[in-house]
Amino acid sequence: MKWITVRRRHPRAGYAVMLLALFGLGAGYMALMPDSTGGAEAVSSRVPLQDIREGKQLYSQSCSTCHGQNGEGTDVAPSLIGVGAAAVDLQVSTGRMPAMNPDAPQQPRKRRVFNQEETEQIAAYVQSLGGGPPIPSGSDIAYEGADVALGGNLFRANCAQCHNFAGSGGALTGGKEAPDLHDATPTQIYEAMITGPGAMPVFGGDTLSAEEKLAVIKFIVDVREEPNPGGFGLGRFGPVTEGLAGWLIGIGLLIAAALWMTAKKQHD
Amino acid sequence: MTPRTSPTRRLIGGTGTYIDERFGSANFVTRSLRKLFPDHWAFLLGEIALYSFVVLLLTGTFLSFFFEPSAEHVTYNGSYENLQGVEMSAAYASTLHISFDVRGGLLMRQIHHWSAIIFIAGIMVHMLRVFFTGAFRKPRELNWVIGVTMFILAFANGFIGYGLPDDLLSGIGLKITQGMAIGIPVVGTYVSFFLFGGEFPGTLLIPRFYILHVLLIPGILLALITAHVVIMWYQKHGNFARKRSTEKTVVGAPFYPYFVAKTGSFFMFVFGVTALMGALVQINPIWLYGPYNPAQITADSQSDFYFGFLEGAVRLMPAWEYSALGHTLTLSIVIPALVIPGLLFTVLLLYPFIEQWVTGDKRHHQLLDRPRNAPTRTGFGMAGVVFYGVLWAAAGNDLFATTFDIPLFATTWFFRIALFVGPVIAFVVAKRVCLGLQRRDRELLEHGVESGIIKRLPSGEFIEVTETPSEEAQAHLEGKKEIPQIALPARDDGGVPAPHSRGVRAKLRAALNRLYTRDEIEVVPAEHHRGEHGEAEHRELSSTE
Ligand code: HEC
Ligand code: HEC
Ligand code: HEM
Repeated sequence: MKWITVRRRHPRAGYAVMLLALFGLGAGYMALMPDSTGGAEAVSSRVPLQDIREGKQLYSQSCSTCHGQNGEGTDVAPSLIGVGAAAVDLQVSTGRMPAMNPDAPQQPRKRRVFNQEETEQIAAYVQSLGGGPPIPSGSDIAYEGADVALGGNLFRANCAQCHNFAGSGGALTGGKEAPDLHDATPTQIYEAMITGPGAMPVFGGDTLSAEEKLAVIKFIVDVREEPNPGGFGLGRFGPVTEGLAGWLIGIGLLIAAALWMTAKKQHD
Repeated sequence: MTPRTSPTRRLIGGTGTYIDERFGSANFVTRSLRKLFPDHWAFLLGEIALYSFVVLLLTGTFLSFFFEPSAEHVTYNGSYENLQGVEMSAAYASTLHISFDVRGGLLMRQIHHWSAIIFIAGIMVHMLRVFFTGAFRKPRELNWVIGVTMFILAFANGFIGYGLPDDLLSGIGLKITQGMAIGIPVVGTYVSFFLFGGEFPGTLLIPRFYILHVLLIPGILLALITAHVVIMWYQKHGNFARKRSTEKTVVGAPFYPYFVAKTGSFFMFVFGVTALMGALVQINPIWLYGPYNPAQITADSQSDFYFGFLEGAVRLMPAWEYSALGHTLTLSIVIPALVIPGLLFTVLLLYPFIEQWVTGDKRHHQLLDRPRNAPTRTGFGMAGVVFYGVLWAAAGNDLFATTFDIPLFATTWFFRIALFVGPVIAFVVAKRVCLGLQRRDRELLEHGVESGIIKRLPSGEFIEVTETPSEEAQAHLEGKKEIPQIALPARDDGGVPAPHSRGVRAKLRAALNRLYTRDEIEVVPAEHHRGEHGEAEHRELSSTE
């Protein structure tokens, strides 16, 4: 922990601590939530019919034009039968759904339209259409104790080729992009892995076990909170931004120095 | 500019005497101390390269105290938590050790890397200055060749240094290099085997690279830098035309104490800027990349900026591959990785000789060209800059795509077209701009400087009063030298083409010469038109064709 101790007074340390505290709070809350240990299957079976009904209502209003009256899909959007509550939670909590521009190569993350309660109601309805991965809860995403070194290795092997080594995001073909992972919550990261949104593959249990998924989450969260010990991080994009900085700051300052030093002419 | 003020004299004389009393070499020493150096900002660009090399030597030596050039497997147990317990090479572990556990280690690593970038960028801007001012012309061709050789060696050493820490990015870079080596027709596999001492990645590479990086290449560079500076010293620094600065005389400040003070403070600037960047801006965060693992890859895996043009070329090249006689010719590798850099460096190396051949200009040049006065050369140089720049930018096409929300595919096509069209546009535009500036210069000489004062003549006509440019400015403006033209086909008295102007080579030369000199604007010394101004006579400027 030495580097943390040393960087405690870093200007950004405050934000880091705050984020950490928030995550701690969130995690604590989830751990204390009654009956969450029963796992996802249990949750879905316990969902009151009331929720499903509310969800169907919301679905009809906001989703059915594209996904069909009963989630069967249309020319515009894929079927939702069997995608599961996890997919709905991810898509709606990240603001991707309801989509604004269904013809775009992919839907961007934006301000969410539905609050968490409504989201879970819609999710419950879609889950009732044909099952699928449920929303992970409590112990599913208790990542704090996970092995960060393992997570780093798995992240570089499975995610970095699209999302970049530090989760700063990257371009894909066909106008798509793997977004940066700065804002995704642990739940959303977990859901992304089990549902594979858009161009992202699904990481099922045989690719990444539950434990490995938690390690990946731990790595993503740790790395994005970690201050840059070397100073300003240049967005962690690697050599392209470094080269630009070298020219704009380095060569820029030195040419300015050369101009300044020769500007004072000796007089005849 | 009268440097020989008495305090200076006394300083030089005093130091000369001091040294003479000890070494008996006053003549040489005073002569050297009095050596004149012209004063222009662009003449300090080479010093960016020189001094950042010094910074590289100093910080590199510090790093070598702690760096372990070995591929041996170790388990990391240093203070960077995210990698504790991870298997890695000793090279990577020691770089982590430098970054997190050696006092000042991260700062030194960062200064080393920033000064490597500034070193090579410094060489580039210096080289452009030399190119655009024609400072490579006789008698300085050899120093140009030495310069380009150092440029290539700097590329090589930067690349090798980047491979030393053995992090994921290093390894990806080496893997790509191996791919390029294998792509060489016929001998590719052997080259790869020779380079890596067997299969990739192997354990030999890091120790080999290390010796090249800290000993061989810096040693050669040091020797070449010395030769470069001694030759420059001996041939005297070039200068722009000034009142008293001509082909025969150099005007400037004496080496000691003026130039020493100036260059000394510039050294401090270079040191300061590299240290500042090293302290404030993070570079190559190897701990985020993790150890090299051939099964892993990351988005944004890139080389340092100077190799970006190769990466860009690879990205733009369509996937063409042919097989014949049991060999595969992978054009998608051969062209971007071998043909393009080969072409770029060869043209760069030979340019002074090519231009000399085309212009037939074998005169001794002490005066530099202003870029506008050699429009074809300037245009060609700008075309080269744009060509390199497009390739470089293409290496970041994914970042352009995500930052500006453009499809990746579109950026690829944009850069493909720009690669061919861009240099042509750059050539034409740069040349036109040069000619325009030359015309303006001529106008200044002919009509004088506009004073902003409007006078009304008795006839009722309004004219603007113009002033003669100062002598200093006149000398500067008139500094243009005509570029020799080779008339072809040269005919003898009977109208028969002379023997030396027949043949393909001669025709090519003549054609290039015509291209080179086509838009020459005649230089007319100011005396010829003095007294004409006020009459607002707007003659169309004649070009010689
Ligand atoms: C304007 C049309 C539109 C609306 C409205 C819309 N969607 Fe979508 N939805 C799409 C399109 C198009 C896709 C596929 C795009 C993609 O994957 O990037 C999609 C994909 C999804 C997926 C991912 C499917 C999978 O296979 O993983 C889910 C889940 C989803 N939508 C849920 C919803 C919900 C819930 C709503 C209502 C709140 C909704 N959508 C509203 C167009 C729409
Ligand atoms: C083939 C490339 C690819 C790989 C590999 C990949 N992803 Fe993704 N990922 C994407 C794309 C594309 C999206 C955006 C999908 C969309 O919006 O339709 C995405 C979205 C995400 C999101 C949602 C981000 C947000 O802010 O809404 C998370 C979290 C995520 N990925 C995590 C991961 C993790 C963890 C891994 C490794 C286990 C991984 N991804 C591997 C391409 C990839
Ligand atoms: C032409 C001049 C040189 C260039 C362009 C250059 C460039 C580089 C680069 C880009 C790296 C990677 C640094 C990183 O980890 O981010 C590096 C590493 C290294 N360089 Fe140099 N270098 C030069 C000269 C030297 C010299 C003269 C020495 C030693 C006397 C040296 C010693 C080292 C060592 C030990 C490393 C590995 C340690 C590390 O990566 O932190 N370098 N060099």
